[in-house]
Amino acid sequence: MVDMTVKIGNVTLKNPIMPASGAFSTELAQVMDINRLGALVAKTVSREYRIGNPPPRVAELECGMINSIGLPTKGIEYFLEHQVPDYKRFTPPLVGSISAQTADDFEAMTRDVDVPEVDVIEVNISCPTRNPGGGNFAMHEDHTFNVMSRIRKATAKPVWCKLSPNAGDVVAIAKAAEAAGADALVIANTILGLKINIDTFRPAIGNKYGGISGPGVKPIIVRMVHQCSKAVKIPIIGCGGIVKVEDVVEYMLAGATAVMMGYIIFRNPSGMLAILDGLEEWCRKRGFARVADLTGAMIDEPPMETFAAAAAPIR
Amino acid sequence: MGDVFASAPFIVGKSEPPPIETDIPAEEALCPVISHDWVNEEYKHLVVAASPKALTVRPGQFFNLLCPSPDAGELWLRRPQSVYRIDDAGGRIEFLYKCVGRGTRGLATLKAGDRLNIVGPLGVGFHLDPSWRNIVVLGRGVGLATLAPISQLAAGCGVGVTAILSARNRDFIMADDLFGEVGTVVPVLDSDRSSDVENVERILLGLIAAKRADAFFTCGSNRLMQLMKRLARQHGIPGQVAMEQVMACGLGPCYVCVRTFEVNGRKELRRVCIEGPVFDLQEAVGW
Repeated sequence: MVDMTVKIGNVTLKNPIMPASGAFSTELAQVMDINRLGALVAKTVSREYRIGNPPPRVAELECGMINSIGLPTKGIEYFLEHQVPDYKRFTPPLVGSISAQTADDFEAMTRDVDVPEVDVIEVNISCPTRNPGGGNFAMHEDHTFNVMSRIRKATAKPVWCKLSPNAGDVVAIAKAAEAAGADALVIANTILGLKINIDTFRPAIGNKYGGISGPGVKPIIVRMVHQCSKAVKIPIIGCGGIVKVEDVVEYMLAGATAVMMGYIIFRNPSGMLAILDGLEEWCRKRGFARVADLTGAMIDEPPMETFAAAAAPIR
Repeated sequence: MGDVFASAPFIVGKSEPPPIETDIPAEEALCPVISHDWVNEEYKHLVVAASPKALTVRPGQFFNLLCPSPDAGELWLRRPQSVYRIDDAGGRIEFLYKCVGRGTRGLATLKAGDRLNIVGPLGVGFHLDPSWRNIVVLGRGVGLATLAPISQLAAGCGVGVTAILSARNRDFIMADDLFGEVGTVVPVLDSDRSSDVENVERILLGLIAAKRADAFFTCGSNRLMQLMKRLARQHGIPGQVAMEQVMACGLGPCYVCVRTFEVNGRKELRRVCIEGPVFDLQEAVGW
């Protein structure tokens, strides 16, 4: 038996496999037993109703997909009255995800979702398609520190801060979030990109710019997880391009305590559970009694081949 | 354990198919391809062996298909495909599709004996009211395929079916034999201009006058949908439209496949995958 539990601050998850916000709803119970997941992560909610961005909202790329959904939401009241009870039909902890345009509203939103049924608050300060310029709090450490400090004061619940890979210096943002009192970091949201339809000369998606996700972004985000894990003490949740067991192992070796998945849900709706089974099997075969022992276990030295090459004299 | 790359067929869980769980209505499954033939230069007919859960598909529902790549690149997203024929006794489901982009070009490479990864059955299908004695289905092009199962179901319930099949020319009249088995076929063509909206309107008005139109069903043409919507409103006939949209998850969470609808003067976006693909004709705005 492999111990699959992981601890994120004072929250213990029965396993490190979670869906990413925006790629998950209880509607996935159409195809899988979502009670097996480590946690349920709701789609980001804003105070007011948001219609989202105009279609088409997705296009394929060479390396994955680009999307611009634009955070459609029925608003905080609907979330609390209808969606939260719907999530509570299931057993895993509920991670509520919030977004706002201002620090004031972020603070107020935090108080609003601070209800007994919400176990963790994920703070989405990093959606690249929320406004057309791709701007957000997670683009700058001062904004991140400011908004996270306000949120920290507004709740005693665990707060997970979702970072943007589009910031120039993600490590600085990670430190700012930690300093402001975040309990964990989710690294990361999607990477801002542009696809042009060469038949029409127009952008391929309605919002022009969109967020790139899928296997192509994984090495970039794994690198960010590793860099941030060396700079902060709080747990990191790796998120980007996971499609197989080995990807989860990589994220954990890089320093992640748990992972979130989005794209794979679109390709293999029941793939998260296959990866969960496969991860336990992988640990068993490699002699890991606890999956948590993988976290940060990357050997931070050059590959063996580098030594072999150095030892071979060049004439 | 070797890498399971995204391009490889993804076998979920154990090799044994999961037991049918009644509270989990859909599933991801690998279906052996039984036959896969061109029916004309653009349309292909795919027959796969289906699991018991897949066979619970209702007319108008769809499956999200993981198509093989047609080229050196990867296909990252599934392609939604409504079911064309449900062969419960034979344990088969059939698709009829137009080869139009990378997804369907990749799908077209499947050969008998290959396995197709499907997710489904998904979405809200057509509704057949027991009080209806005669229905009219109006489809264009490959949209006709979506209307075939509801026509068969209606005929099986003793309901009279008139199928108006619109296409460029005779070669592209899809499945008229299948519609012929279940009702009256009225082909309308671009080649002799019988597919003009004015002519289709005359045909529909004739059916209404003859009391052969208790309900309308349509798919595949915005022009014909608008016509049917107008006549349905004027004559108080209930109508349903099956719609398409680019999708990602096919299950609801991603909010990619939205289209515009209008209820009591208020416009709203709905997801084709879970609030449709079949919608009330009067609420559909079109595309």
